[in-house]
Amino acid sequence: MTHDHDHGEGHGHVHETSAGASNRVKALVADLERAGMMTEAELDAVIETFLVHAQPANGARAIARAWLDDGFRARLLADGNAALAEIGIDLTHWSPVTLRVVANEPARHNVIVCTLCSCYPLALLGPSPTWYKSAAYRSRVVRDPRSVLAEFGTTVDADVEIVVWDSTAEVRYLVLPQRPSGTEGAPEAELAALVTRNGMIGTALV
Amino acid sequence: MFAIGDRVRTKVMNPSGHTRLPAYLRGRPGVVVWDLGPLPFADARAAGDVAASQRAFTVRFANPDVWGTDADPHGSVCADLYASYLEPE
Repeated sequence: MTHDHDHGEGHGHVHETSAGASNRVKALVADLERAGMMTEAELDAVIETFLVHAQPANGARAIARAWLDDGFRARLLADGNAALAEIGIDLTHWSPVTLRVVANEPARHNVIVCTLCSCYPLALLGPSPTWYKSAAYRSRVVRDPRSVLAEFGTTVDADVEIVVWDSTAEVRYLVLPQRPSGTEGAPEAELAALVTRNGMIGTALV
Repeated sequence: MFAIGDRVRTKVMNPSGHTRLPAYLRGRPGVVVWDLGPLPFADARAAGDVAASQRAFTVRFANPDVWGTDADPHGSVCADLYASYLEPE
């Protein structure tokens, strides 16, 4: 279910359809069941538990807390895993990943990608959007982030530095957006409602 | 071993097996910006040594050092790289 083709610029590569991947997963699950290593029902239960708890609301709660509490913000930037444990989000429950939180500043904007595959802070943002996994996003955002962000409708001024963080399976990234002006005195839940998934990827401002 | 602020250069390598050193960052100069400590060493794990670990560092590469003079000079790319990918610059 793959096809090779060339884009006319000499960089032929392979695309896999979702049907192809789906068939391979089915075959793998059947083999694991035959080998007595697990059942499909067990797998479904794990995935359901995982996805129920993996939501952008988790990331948004951490961001809102960081906006309100300078001490939490400092701890979040120094050791993301430990700071999230403070607010009841245990990343080790998902997989042993290191979380790095990178803060937007007036003169610096951050954006995350995984050029090698599609690594993403799933526990904090839920399942990744299709575009995050696309070859176009992964190859272009490292080379020309300002133009890619513009295509998302996000204008980053030319005098603002853009830092692109290329994630791996072991180290996941979350962008801490700047707190919007005019939100002084807003409670945590109200602030969290302002934080978008793309804002925490870095393809949008908050 | 490396420390934050050290100037490093990634090795030029093309291993037949798995590696986490992206092709676009091979042979490039950068600066260590974070010490990640020991992490599961993906290259060796993929080859069957499932307990392998290696210290890793976040390295920041200025756009012109990766993409040349056509790049937006006001930006950089950061990647998490195992110590064995790096040499002192």
